[in-house]
Amino acid sequence: MVVFSRSVTQCLRRLCRSINTCTRLCSESPLFPGAKTRWTEKLEFLNKGSYEPIPVYRVMDRQGNVIVPSEDPNLPEETLVKMYKNMVLLNSMDKILYESQRQGRISFYMTNYGEEASHIGSAAALSLEDVVYAQYREVGVLMWRGFTLQEFVDQCYGNIDDMGKGKQMPVHYGSKKLNFVTISSPLATQLPQAVGSAYSLKDQNRVVICYFGDGAASEGDAHAAFNFAATLQCPVLFFCRNNGYAISTPVEEQYGGDGIAAQGPSYGMATVRVDGNDILAVYNCTTKAKEYAIREQKPVLIEAMTYRVGDHSTSDDSTAYRSSDEVLHWQTNDYPVHKLRYYLEKRSLWNEDLEKAWLQETRKDVLKAFNEGEKKPKPKWTEVFDDVYKYMPPHLTKQKNQMQKHVEKYKEHYPVHKFSS
Amino acid sequence: MSINKVCTRCVRKLLRREVKLLNSKRNHFVYTPDTTVPVKGDRLEMNMYQAINNALDTVLGTDKSSIIFGEDVGFGGVFRCTVGLRDKYGKQRVFNTPLCEQGIIGFGIGAAVMGTTAIAEIQFADYIFPAFDQIVNEAAKYRYRSGGQFDCGKLTIRAPCGAVGHGALYHSQSPEAYFAHTPGLKIVVPRGPIKAKGLLLSCVRDPDPCLILEPKVLYRKAVEEVPVDDYQLPIGRADVLVEGSDLTLIGWGTQVHVLKEVAELAKKELDISCEVIDLVSILPWDVDTVCKSVKKTKRALISHEAPLTSGFGAELVATIQEECFLHLEAPIARVTGFDTPFPHVYEPFYIPTKWRCFEAVQQMFDY
Repeated sequence: MVVFSRSVTQCLRRLCRSINTCTRLCSESPLFPGAKTRWTEKLEFLNKGSYEPIPVYRVMDRQGNVIVPSEDPNLPEETLVKMYKNMVLLNSMDKILYESQRQGRISFYMTNYGEEASHIGSAAALSLEDVVYAQYREVGVLMWRGFTLQEFVDQCYGNIDDMGKGKQMPVHYGSKKLNFVTISSPLATQLPQAVGSAYSLKDQNRVVICYFGDGAASEGDAHAAFNFAATLQCPVLFFCRNNGYAISTPVEEQYGGDGIAAQGPSYGMATVRVDGNDILAVYNCTTKAKEYAIREQKPVLIEAMTYRVGDHSTSDDSTAYRSSDEVLHWQTNDYPVHKLRYYLEKRSLWNEDLEKAWLQETRKDVLKAFNEGEKKPKPKWTEVFDDVYKYMPPHLTKQKNQMQKHVEKYKEHYPVHKFSS
Repeated sequence: MSINKVCTRCVRKLLRREVKLLNSKRNHFVYTPDTTVPVKGDRLEMNMYQAINNALDTVLGTDKSSIIFGEDVGFGGVFRCTVGLRDKYGKQRVFNTPLCEQGIIGFGIGAAVMGTTAIAEIQFADYIFPAFDQIVNEAAKYRYRSGGQFDCGKLTIRAPCGAVGHGALYHSQSPEAYFAHTPGLKIVVPRGPIKAKGLLLSCVRDPDPCLILEPKVLYRKAVEEVPVDDYQLPIGRADVLVEGSDLTLIGWGTQVHVLKEVAELAKKELDISCEVIDLVSILPWDVDTVCKSVKKTKRALISHEAPLTSGFGAELVATIQEECFLHLEAPIARVTGFDTPFPHVYEPFYIPTKWRCFEAVQQMFDY
């Protein structure tokens, strides 16, 4: 009886299996493993015109009016004021460090003009345990997290207090304490790294946010990162700052599709496009993206539309490839700092007097940090040999000893006095 | 013992001999197993892929944060190195990635930055170049550029390398010299199973990013009695495999076995006593062991499969010349692959065979 029933079960199972295979094979839908889809008998090429472009999410209009009241995140007043103060502080620091480069006091600088809201808005939506990978124009994020003016200046000077020990160019900040991974110049390399970090942080209620520009999104590493994040299901937020230019290259020469956001769904990523000049919109997107990434353990792509108001860097004169009228338009009609100020003023959280006082205070603070930073000596010059490896291998020790002897002998030809001993 | 068992053993023995004969005809070298064993304890006969698999198993078993990933590693890898690991440790720890080398290494760096032990596989060393930027500009410079705040020391990259008989341009390359020019990176090449396990375990636990280039021709061919216990072999130290007094032969990976044959040939035909050194570690490399040997023998021959110009042999020549100038009695010889891409049907004429090495030895003593 038992034997019989077993064979009956087997028979039934086999029958079911063959019916299954049969239904699958006879099914109307295509069975290719590469895509789950339907047939069509109409030959049709798809292009970006086949879909509506992805809309830009906003909370405020250009005058700082909230358009749909339910979309206002209703942030605490002190948070809103802190956001604004950070944006202005960032502007003051940019102004002074930019000028100091012009005077030859630091070797290089990059400003953040026009993109302040995307930095502060996204940073405010995250917590300190979330890991940040940045490109280089995200100084507001670091500022929001608590990096001090002195720490910024020290890095730009590569002085004895620079956490990076004077190894990298100015604006290549990093802070272990603040979970802000040290910036490097090669574009987009941080994207797949952010994915790997997010994989390590799976199921820990933390996310990784990775910032990059519209130009960097053209690198192969961006493709790698999007695809890895989607297939390996990593809680990472890709935050693209689409500011219209990669140095002199306008977006029309950067991509043929609907910006960066349109790439997201093609990788199977939750995607949103946001007004990068609207700090409340950026805040909302990042908050929701973090919630989603943690809940689903999946990546999100945020494309923040904005405009690079400053030159690319101190080595660039942007009037060579764009009109100053265009820049002026963004500065006067749609500037993220102004937009938040209008909003605050409407809520009586800010006024002209507070503005004046805060401007004065920030300038004083930045100058103070600047002067301090300038006075500090550089680290020991022998630091050049440290941190290549965890422990110095013999061949490096040999090179260090040789150089020490040489410098001792020819010291008048080296700037030893600028370095600590 | 039953007759059946005896018979099976006989057949197996005969087969093995047959395979060895076939191999020696097909390959350009005769593999000689290591007889010195680094640690006491149980040993098991393993070929090189099994030894690597055993090392990876040891890592996953001892280090809960460790992950293994790359193209096709999930089902066991195209060279069987990761067989059984996904079943044993789960697909969160042993998994396939999309087919993208720059992604694999970037991903590995990011995981390592968070403190995860990341073991990345590049399917063939020939395909490591898409990840060159991530390795050279990122992995190698991570600690330095951040002032020691961040590092990716927990990253290890495994890549099968070297000639395999028929691999042509993109399944034969030995790219060590490209990476040897990269401060911040460590590079090792094992010559057999015992070495492969010990070096891999060292690389994984080393605080710096490591690249381990595994000569793929040895995966099945090289069989040794490998300790089953956990052990590590030093990075940065060369092995003197054969002691000699007249000439130092230096190589790494498969070429070590060629050089051992050359030493025998030189002894037999020319009565020249060769010292054979396996460099083991390309970066940092063991200047002391090499120079000590050359000062004794007064002659050096370096041999590698990679092309001559700017091959790692050039670095050895320059250093030996500088350190051993007064001891040298003949110019330092290099027997290497030619400055051509690695060809398919011409492989027997491309590789630095024992006969090319032997002729170079002759010439050095006619100098």
